[in-house]
Amino acid sequence: MENMIMNQLDYPILSWTVFLPLIGIPILLLIRNAKAIRWTTLLMTIITFFVSLPLLCGFDKTTYKMQFVEKSEWIPSWGINYLIGIDGISIFFILLTTLLSILCVLVSWKSVGTKVKEFHIAILAMETGMLGVFVAMDFFLFYLFWEAMLIPMFILIGVFGGENRVYAAVKFFLYTLAGSLLMLVGIVVLYLYGGRTLDIMALSQIQYPIKMQYWLFMAFFAAFAVKVPMFPVHTWLPDAHTEAPTAGSVILAGVLIKMGAYGFLRFSMPMLPDATLFFSGPILVLSIIAIIYGALVCFAQKDFKRLIAYSSVSHMGFVTLGLFALNTQGMEGGILQMVNHGVITGAMFLMIGMIYERTHTRVIADYGGFAKLVPWYAGFFMVLTFASIGLPGTNGFIGEFLIIFGAFKANMILGVFAATGIILGAGYMLTLYQKIFFQDADPDYEFSGKHPVRDLELREVITLLPLFVLIFWIGFYPNTFLEYMHSSVEHLLQQVNQNVYAGGENVFAKYIMEIF
Amino acid sequence: MLKYILIPLLPLLSFIINILFGRNYIKNRAHWIAVPAILGSFVLAVSACIEVLNGKVIDINVYSWIVSGSFNVSVGILIDQLTAVMLMVVTSIGSLIFIYSVGYMHGDKGYYRFFAYLSLFIFSMLTLVMANNFLIMYLGWEAVGLCSYFLIGFWFHKKSAGDAGKKAFIVNRFGDFGFGLGVILIFLTFGSLNYMEVFGAAGGIVGQTITLLGYKVDLITLICLLLFCGAMGKSAQFPFHVWLPDAMEGPTPVSALIHAATMVTAGVFMVARCNTLFSYSQTAMNTVAIVGGFTAIFAATIALVQNDIKRVIAYSTVSQLGYMFLALGVGAYSAGVFHLYTHAFFKALLFLGSGSVIHALHHAKQDDEQNMQVMGGLKKHMPITYWVFILATLSITGIPFLSGFFSKDEILWQTFQAGDLGKFLWFLGALAALLTAFYSWRLIYLTFHGEYRGDTECESRIHESPLVITIPLMLLAVGAVAAGWVGIPPVFLEHGDKIGYFLAPVLGHPEGHGTHAQEYFVIASSIFVAIAGWVIAYIMYIKNPGLPEKLFSAFRPVHKVLFNKYYIDEFYDKTIVQPVLKASDKIILAFDVNVIEGVVNGVPSLIGVFSKGLRKIQTGLLSNYAAVMAIGVLCVVGYMFFMR
Repeated sequence: MENMIMNQLDYPILSWTVFLPLIGIPILLLIRNAKAIRWTTLLMTIITFFVSLPLLCGFDKTTYKMQFVEKSEWIPSWGINYLIGIDGISIFFILLTTLLSILCVLVSWKSVGTKVKEFHIAILAMETGMLGVFVAMDFFLFYLFWEAMLIPMFILIGVFGGENRVYAAVKFFLYTLAGSLLMLVGIVVLYLYGGRTLDIMALSQIQYPIKMQYWLFMAFFAAFAVKVPMFPVHTWLPDAHTEAPTAGSVILAGVLIKMGAYGFLRFSMPMLPDATLFFSGPILVLSIIAIIYGALVCFAQKDFKRLIAYSSVSHMGFVTLGLFALNTQGMEGGILQMVNHGVITGAMFLMIGMIYERTHTRVIADYGGFAKLVPWYAGFFMVLTFASIGLPGTNGFIGEFLIIFGAFKANMILGVFAATGIILGAGYMLTLYQKIFFQDADPDYEFSGKHPVRDLELREVITLLPLFVLIFWIGFYPNTFLEYMHSSVEHLLQQVNQNVYAGGENVFAKYIMEIF
Repeated sequence: MLKYILIPLLPLLSFIINILFGRNYIKNRAHWIAVPAILGSFVLAVSACIEVLNGKVIDINVYSWIVSGSFNVSVGILIDQLTAVMLMVVTSIGSLIFIYSVGYMHGDKGYYRFFAYLSLFIFSMLTLVMANNFLIMYLGWEAVGLCSYFLIGFWFHKKSAGDAGKKAFIVNRFGDFGFGLGVILIFLTFGSLNYMEVFGAAGGIVGQTITLLGYKVDLITLICLLLFCGAMGKSAQFPFHVWLPDAMEGPTPVSALIHAATMVTAGVFMVARCNTLFSYSQTAMNTVAIVGGFTAIFAATIALVQNDIKRVIAYSTVSQLGYMFLALGVGAYSAGVFHLYTHAFFKALLFLGSGSVIHALHHAKQDDEQNMQVMGGLKKHMPITYWVFILATLSITGIPFLSGFFSKDEILWQTFQAGDLGKFLWFLGALAALLTAFYSWRLIYLTFHGEYRGDTECESRIHESPLVITIPLMLLAVGAVAAGWVGIPPVFLEHGDKIGYFLAPVLGHPEGHGTHAQEYFVIASSIFVAIAGWVIAYIMYIKNPGLPEKLFSAFRPVHKVLFNKYYIDEFYDKTIVQPVLKASDKIILAFDVNVIEGVVNGVPSLIGVFSKGLRKIQTGLLSNYAAVMAIGVLCVVGYMFFMR
């Protein structure tokens, strides 16, 4: 109990946040009218967001301990508790999830015309699932939410997606499931070794034998690497992102793929410090490959949405690079970059969805001259483009800079390779921007004359605005966000560095150094 | 404190207002916001400079920007002597160019956008020069690059403009790659990014080495070279010079302000700012000097044969920037900054003058015309433009007692004094001065002298530009003539080198070893080459207009190489651009689709093959199952029986 602070408020704020969306589902079942369904869902997500806001003010930034903890027995014979709480790492993902859920409802206002009820139920179920993953402090609860999330996502892609939706949905499902099952084995091992408890904090205190750490690390790695996704298990992502409806892509990019990295932070690192140190070398190399490989693939893309999807591979490469640099700057940069990526790529998918509603094409070559046709849209997308390539003053810079700083600190060569990703990023993003927005629109094409494309409407601007505020807020005053994570990150690094077996020596990193 | 912060914030405010409300409300009144904003900045900058002149140095941290573990960096401003000079250059020339743009951009559809971007640029540039630490400088650095991208691609409906903007941004990113790593290395070395702290501690790390790829590298040299990498990108030094000539796709005021007077000098400013670091590394200094000297002559040779009026001036800019780096590299920091300052006036004037020509021809022909070969004889139609052009040319070629003469001469003299390498570099510099004189006068003769080479009907419509254009030209002409009078060398006037003494607290004052006789020799030779270049141009383009053609055919291969800019663009395309695109398209994508996807899709199909095989067993016939079961039982029983 010494490593957690019970909920300070007089109401169970985390439970409310997590389960409010779920409460919306039975209400939706009673409603017939599509418009009423949309408004109810919107209201539910907005209420959830405002319920989650007090977390920010009530949060004690000086401690690494779990806060707002709620605990009650659930299945005592198995040692399973209902145990939830947050720390300086998970708090952002809670807020990012509650925020993005609102935007997902808003952006789908017109684009989802059939099966409206099912769609919104899936969104709400999704929200509860995601929030649950980030607050669960009991492995059973965690695994439950982790797997439960798959179902609404599967439906979102498989039912509401594009032409190839079934293939993408099945691929997404199988990939994730395969990883998760290995994690389940890992959890069972932890349970048995750790004295038949599933309390995550308690399990983090135990010293595991080195061989067991390696095996456990690989089991967890399988689940998390697929989610991130790391090279070479990334191929589900372009399909899933591209085929998913806009709301699905936003959730995928904004929250779902952060869960892999979150898993590393929550489980792999504190529980398996020796294995973390041992495997950090290869993971760093895989991250570098992901950064460069992901960027190079972007150059060849002909599909607007697919290009952004592949750019996620590159950006998430930055995230894992920062986390596994295993120093303060890298890790804080990595966590911040997860938020950033959620904001930027989330906003990009929102905007792609908006333009797709108008043009019904995702082929880049069909576009051109859109700066003239939809100037406000072009302006907004310009901001996203530059945030994505890490221009100072935007959030992308703060994250990428801290990550490259951390990587450089860990190993100079890594820093140098990571920095090339920034050149490549500028290359593919500016090329994309030029092809879509610059030059003159093809006069024969229907966008230019016969059916002029509408510019952004008020609802869409409102949808985008919170994310744009975040882009500049984090860009100019990142301390608001960094302050929350200092204690937790320091504590986590202490845990990792307490490795007994390796004696603080990074075997693999040394090996890598010898190659160069 | 507020008044210092307002210097960059006023233009930022103008940007925000114009970009948000320009399209629907402000439209062609955008200058009513932008021009007062920059004039306000100018006034505040002047007052700050007066404080600096009175010996005050302003160094304030405004707020803490990024804190992460031991990493801590603030948003802060530093106004010292060096910043003061830059502030004056940026806000004064900026103000004139804003006013000029009111006339030049009149009637353009993107009028409000233009002023918004220009304001953003001024904000970024001021941030760059007023920073008190490396990361804020980096912020300004990237932001000016962004504005440059916007403004080069201002007429984005032209493919060439979009391409040029993209090229500028990406080439600069190559430089910034080094700059960014340099900033990180500085923090890891000194534990701070604040200028004062870093420069104060620089002496302590001399001689330290780090191991890189198995080699021992001198730490301070590595830091300097990484920083210089960024400077080469922004200041368009070889081999990163390729973006600047293409940047001429932007509107001419942009070429004048960003791609001649201010932004491209950021690299020079940065090296001057870090002079404490560079002074500790002879290797880095020599690199700066050699890159500068080489670029000075390299770009000048290309300028000899170009026909686009703006491109000639663009290559001239690259060459003059080379001069500045040459000065920095031989330790004559204040000479480099002095040339930066005078160059800003006469180069802005040259660009705005050429803009005036383009503007007039645009109105006459209803089409853009920048090819000098179809101009000629504009002298009588545009007398003001012609005369300011002459003054700017006299200044840039180094005719005595004009601005360019003093600063260029200071550089050549300091270079001459700097040891053996110095003599060689001086020779390069003097040769470049000869070429400069030639191509500058060639430009004048082709554009303004002789007969108009277009159709006569069109000629009758050519007029001098309106006052809003010519007044800034005349003001700049005053600068082109007189700006250099703050740096008169001591051989002419005791205590004449005011700017050198002013900058000495930041940049130091080089100790000269040369004699007066040598100094007179250097001055005489610069005057000689300036006049020699002029005379050659006169002979080739006025006296004997057929001569250039004969020369070109005699040296066809040389002309072809120069005309095609040494084929460097083509080289980059073949070695960098195409390989990346090919790798992306052919190798990586193929790998992603075939290999990884092959494995992924292969597993299910493998399972499919298995299940197909297994399906054959599922016959559904009870007798089959019974038989298999019997065989199984027999096997098990047999095993138990015999093997035990």
